[in-house]
Amino acid sequence: MTQLALVIDLNVCVGCHACVTNCKEWNTSGPAGPMVDQNPYDKDPTGTFFNRVQTFEVGEFPNTETVHFPKSCLHCEEPPCVPVCPTGASYKRKEDGIVLVDYDKCIGCKYCSWACPYGAREIDEHQRVMKKCTLCVDRIYDTTMTADERRPACVRACPTSARLFGDIHDPDSEVSKAIRENGGYALMPEWGTQPANHYLPRRKTNIRIREDELERADNPLKIDSQLPKPGKAEPSLDDVTSW
Amino acid sequence: MTQQSVQEVKNTTCYMCACRCGIRVHLRDGEVRYIDGNPDHPLNKGVICAKGSSGIMKQYSPARLTQPLRRKAGAERGAGEFEPISWEETFTILTERLGKIRATDPKKFALFTGRDQMQALTGMFARQFGTPNYAAHGGFCSVNMAAGMIYTIGGSFWEFGGPDLDRAKLFVMIGTAEDHHSNPMKMALSKFKRDGGRFVSINPVRTGYSAIADEWVPIRPGTDGAFLLAVIHEIIQKGLYDRDFLVQYSNAGELVNVNETSDEFGMFLRTEVPEEEACYDPQDKLWWDRTTNQPVVTHAEGADPFLLGEFKMKDGTPVKPSFQLLLERVKDYTPEWAEGVTGIPADTIRRLAYEMGVTARDQRIELPIAWTDSWGKEHDTVTGNPVAFHAMRGLAAHSNGFQSIRALAILMSLLGTIDRPGGFRHKVPFPRPIPPCARPPNHPNAVQPNKPLDGMALGWPADPDDLFVDENGGPVRIDKGFSWEYPLSVHGLMHNAITNAWRGDPYKIDTLLIFMANMAWNSTMNAVEVRKMLNDKDENGEYKIPFIVVADAFQSEMTAFADLILPDTTYLERHDVMSLLDRPISEFDGPVDSVRIPVLPPTGQCKPFQEVLIELGSRLKLPAFTTKDGQRKYRDYPDFIVNYETEPGSGIGFLAGWRGRGGEKSLRGEPNPNQWEMYAKNNCVFHHELPKSYQYMRNWNQGYLEWSQRNRITRYAEPILINIYSEVLMRFRQAAQGKGFSRKPPAHLAKRVETFFDPLPFYYDTLEAQATDKHQYPLAAITQRPMAMYHSWDSQNAWLRQIHAHNLLYVNAHTARVQGIEDGDWIWVESQWGKVKCMAKHSEAVEPGTVWTWNAIGKAAGAWGLTPDANESQKGFLLNHLISEELPACERGVDRRVSNSDPITGQAAWYDVRVKIYKVGAGETAVTEPQFPPLKPYPGQVERKSIWNYFAGKKGGKQ
Amino acid sequence: MHPAFSVVFLTTLIGAGQGLFLALFTVESYAAFGLLPAQADSFYAIGSAIATILLVLGLFASFFHLGHPERAWRAAAKWRTSWLSREVIALPAFMGTVFLYGVAHWFGINPVLAELPSGAPVNITAVLGTLGTVLAFALYICTAMIYACLRFLREWHTPLTVINYILLGGASGFTLAAALAATEAPDVMPLLASWALIITVLGLIGRAATLIRNARLKPKSTLQTAIGIKHPKIVQKAMGMMGGAFNTREFFHGQSAALLRSLKWVFLLTAFVIPIGLLSLGLSLAAGGTLLLAFVVQYLGLLAERWFFFAQANHPQNLYYQSVA
Repeated sequence: MTQLALVIDLNVCVGCHACVTNCKEWNTSGPAGPMVDQNPYDKDPTGTFFNRVQTFEVGEFPNTETVHFPKSCLHCEEPPCVPVCPTGASYKRKEDGIVLVDYDKCIGCKYCSWACPYGAREIDEHQRVMKKCTLCVDRIYDTTMTADERRPACVRACPTSARLFGDIHDPDSEVSKAIRENGGYALMPEWGTQPANHYLPRRKTNIRIREDELERADNPLKIDSQLPKPGKAEPSLDDVTSW
Repeated sequence: MTQQSVQEVKNTTCYMCACRCGIRVHLRDGEVRYIDGNPDHPLNKGVICAKGSSGIMKQYSPARLTQPLRRKAGAERGAGEFEPISWEETFTILTERLGKIRATDPKKFALFTGRDQMQALTGMFARQFGTPNYAAHGGFCSVNMAAGMIYTIGGSFWEFGGPDLDRAKLFVMIGTAEDHHSNPMKMALSKFKRDGGRFVSINPVRTGYSAIADEWVPIRPGTDGAFLLAVIHEIIQKGLYDRDFLVQYSNAGELVNVNETSDEFGMFLRTEVPEEEACYDPQDKLWWDRTTNQPVVTHAEGADPFLLGEFKMKDGTPVKPSFQLLLERVKDYTPEWAEGVTGIPADTIRRLAYEMGVTARDQRIELPIAWTDSWGKEHDTVTGNPVAFHAMRGLAAHSNGFQSIRALAILMSLLGTIDRPGGFRHKVPFPRPIPPCARPPNHPNAVQPNKPLDGMALGWPADPDDLFVDENGGPVRIDKGFSWEYPLSVHGLMHNAITNAWRGDPYKIDTLLIFMANMAWNSTMNAVEVRKMLNDKDENGEYKIPFIVVADAFQSEMTAFADLILPDTTYLERHDVMSLLDRPISEFDGPVDSVRIPVLPPTGQCKPFQEVLIELGSRLKLPAFTTKDGQRKYRDYPDFIVNYETEPGSGIGFLAGWRGRGGEKSLRGEPNPNQWEMYAKNNCVFHHELPKSYQYMRNWNQGYLEWSQRNRITRYAEPILINIYSEVLMRFRQAAQGKGFSRKPPAHLAKRVETFFDPLPFYYDTLEAQATDKHQYPLAAITQRPMAMYHSWDSQNAWLRQIHAHNLLYVNAHTARVQGIEDGDWIWVESQWGKVKCMAKHSEAVEPGTVWTWNAIGKAAGAWGLTPDANESQKGFLLNHLISEELPACERGVDRRVSNSDPITGQAAWYDVRVKIYKVGAGETAVTEPQFPPLKPYPGQVERKSIWNYFAGKKGGKQ
Repeated sequence: MHPAFSVVFLTTLIGAGQGLFLALFTVESYAAFGLLPAQADSFYAIGSAIATILLVLGLFASFFHLGHPERAWRAAAKWRTSWLSREVIALPAFMGTVFLYGVAHWFGINPVLAELPSGAPVNITAVLGTLGTVLAFALYICTAMIYACLRFLREWHTPLTVINYILLGGASGFTLAAALAATEAPDVMPLLASWALIITVLGLIGRAATLIRNARLKPKSTLQTAIGIKHPKIVQKAMGMMGGAFNTREFFHGQSAALLRSLKWVFLLTAFVIPIGLLSLGLSLAAGGTLLLAFVVQYLGLLAERWFFFAQANHPQNLYYQSVA
């Protein structure tokens, strides 16, 4: 069984929001669109987005980490949003595990969003149906596109390649390896939702310098310094002793 | 979705910031459906950022200007009352006015441009017109970074060069703005981290790139120089410098005259060989050879110089190698001293210095690439020390920035990392001679009626005789560039142009043409006063700046002050070139240039500013735009780009790719009538990859330098030695000390020049800090660049403004609580120049003595196509109101002002401002201040939607 | 959560409607077993009419909650998994039953269908009443389970939610029935008022128990589990948008903690304490007006209670939406 998912590498995400707006521009003119913007030029602009990048500060000055945290639908393997939907508009595809909303069936009751602990669903307040990340289902199977293009828009856009995409049930996939080898984790594991999307933690590289590495035989100071040399004629033991 | 919709994909180049990525624009029924990164473009390799992905919302923004506008008779400047006029009338007005100026005194026309990416053309237009009063935004952007590095290593960061993160092991980033070189930097950082590199960020604030650093080292703003000098101190003290590199490739071993009584004090000793007057560094200096223990000409066969020590020439002249002088200079710059200045613990400074030195020394890279150096010596390999640096405006935008950046370039050189794998690498057309050959005019006679300017409006002075001053040492340029106040102001001082013109100091001008620079708002210091100056009248009721023309695509704050508005197109509607004559997008491995090709027709009557310049140049009959018999030479901008040559038959034009009649030549060749088509077929980009042996050590790489000379990228193929010790600076100091034969500064500036033109880097408190009571104004206030916004451009963008609708002032949580300021409280931020009301945000990611905010999110009410109650103008604020464009001169009793800038380069000292913060009074409103009367939309702006369901394609039923 | 008035009205109106019907059928059952004198059909008919009106109003309010009410019929599809779907089936079924029950009484169409072993007649209204009773409880359970089944909304995820929906709906319905009886069937008023008193007291106990339980709840999700970083001090600085989003509008009540606290006391007084007093008074004085007042006050109190019920629920998604910058 295939379970497509994103793996988001917090170790390299710089919080640039490329995934946010590239998702919007792809999806607003596609089958999942349009994605409304309200008050676009007015007070408190707001709109439907499938993906947001948030910022957290961890720790206290000066030991502070600034963490940029992209979040979209996690395509849970046990999606709590699906069974609560009264119409069947919310569903999880058997073939690839993508959780989708059928806009034609959605009555806009918002119950699925209540059932999602991650806040991954956003109602389109103009079309009044529930919307969410589709993993660009309209891209990834589009055979008129090149293999490179058949990836979610956010993944292609990401300048730091912080977003990996693939089948987490295939142990040899890039995403499975990344999860396995780099400590991939799921959000809010306490609810048993088994999110398909995973996050990779920050990793630190440090340099350790040993004392004896500081002074080396070929230290250029030894070449350049003119250590004071006494003249040959100055007194020495040679003048006073013989053994 | 519709069946019959017409889908097309067109390639062009992004312009949502200055990064210039290749993009593919997908159209459906003529509307933009999607913009993605071009996978075949060498710069971004398919990725794209938040701004680039939001191009659709720029294209269809209600802030767009769509017709030429004239200020209504009787309406005040700034009120935004305009009436539409035709382009023909616009050109008639301009031709008549500018023609008159050109025939009398061309310098009364001033042209200043923002982040326009066409400085080669705008600069050429100004020069052809004959005015010296031209500059782009560099003076208030990062000129210190360009000048400090180029005067030291012949290259700099961003377009000029950068860190080789492919091979670096340790990467140190200091004060970098996230909008600079953004996508390539993001791509490289991610790869670097995944390859196990160590990333250290030195910055008062931890955002953006710093967020993913392995170590964040908070530093007080403006003290980077102290940190760098202390690191240099440790590197030298521990012997961690790359001696061989310094000996061969820098002037570290060259002997300096240290006889204080001599006129030649501080200058290099030279052989008797008479030097040719030319723009390169002749190899006529001396070393003190260790083996023979006597002076020899540098790079003499078998010679090896002392880097340390003091020697006496035969004539008794005491001399020291310049490295000895550096050692003496940094003797007192200990880590303990730097701790007190920077706030970084001495142990941390020491540890970082060791990390740099030991990594550089012990992790040496050796690549099997054979090359020949400038002295004919053949090398089997290229070696590198894998420590890379990157820095930008955080270092630059201080009044001590030039010397701090000199210190950085020297540190990079000590570690042996210049144009070597894993270190810093140049990008063609760099390296340049130190300094580069272009010189500004050096005499007021360079400005003559009806004649082009005799010299480049902007250039690189090598000694005081290159300054653009009159007989009394007074400035010729309106911004006082290249005067004794800011001798090396290689990018001009746009930030002082309006104030100087308003005051008539050094003289009054007639017409000010501003292109896409928001000089009434975020691009100016002291915005409140500058807005008054733009609207100020003399005793006769005439405007002090008589005529203001603004070319812009959007309804910026500046457009409101225009007498004439020229509506520019967006980047999707125009031809453009990213030219080697300008600031190109070259890669480490060779030159790259690229083009924009329109993917959409212009909106309304929008006209690309280049077309305006070509039209004006033709109507004014400027020589470059006119045939010998006085006819118009170029049909339009694309025609100009294809056919213009720097000199007749030079084969050098704006574009380097597909030259020659059939497009068979590169870099040089006859004009190719099908050049645009060939760029279009090739992803709009030309990339010439150099042979591997020309890709490193280019300051001293004979093969590369000769290739560069053959292709007329440089005039000379002489080696470019790193200036550890800067004789150029010493020449200015010498003049200030009354020595030598060159021009001398006016008495009131002698001390200033003598102090700051130190041939070795030194640390001084910023000029504003020196003029401020730090107890009263205890905090430094700076801005950061949000990655999802570019300057002021994107508040009109419906998607991006949702991410940054307003800005807050980030304050260290402890600092805030001590003052009783809670998260989200409204506060006043006050400097000695002004005050602003805004909201405070607690943060643990900011140094306690620093407050910061996102740059240019705050807007004037009603500007940028927003409603007057938009968050940007009600909650968002501008730090510029707190920053003065001038500082009182230090002398008592003399009413003199100098620019709030670096005294060497004139770099605007944005980040020097000192502030205090306090809670607003009980009765004060929760609205930012100062406020300005709201702007109304201008004629021709499309209606603002209140709900927008964007769906590309007319048949798609866009609502 | 942001209390939507559509849902506040829906749940309180149908809750009262269900309670009223249960009260009517309680009377009829007592009468059938001879424990009370038989009442006029008009009492049942008027009562059913009022209950139907309450249910229709509730249904009407619910449509305001839907983005696409014209597709509401689709909501019956997923009754196997969704409590909301089940409610969508139970509500019209119950409504129809109440309507038929009222019609049967109004027109006196009430043939005896069978006899119980005890000899009690089983007529149409008895069948409809029994069916209605089952449906009323089913509907209470469906409505309550919509909330109680959401396990990460821990304030709701308790059997007390179901008990309270039954008790609070029942209390308001019985109070209304008592007020109705005061004019239409004075004989049964004391019985109904007494039951109303008992259920209101039980409701108070149930609601208080929930308040006490919820006050002790410790959040299961934290910022640490929300973003997967182990550090005691994590603060959100930006949530990715500044003008608000569905996530900031739907899941936050937007009122101060102080208002929430005072509202708690307001509803405890108005939904329980004052009605208990008024019911006692009305019972002792046999004053219909007082009983009607008791219902009005109690209903208003329940509106406040329901608002509080939603507002108090703290959705874990809110961890991701804490800071504007």
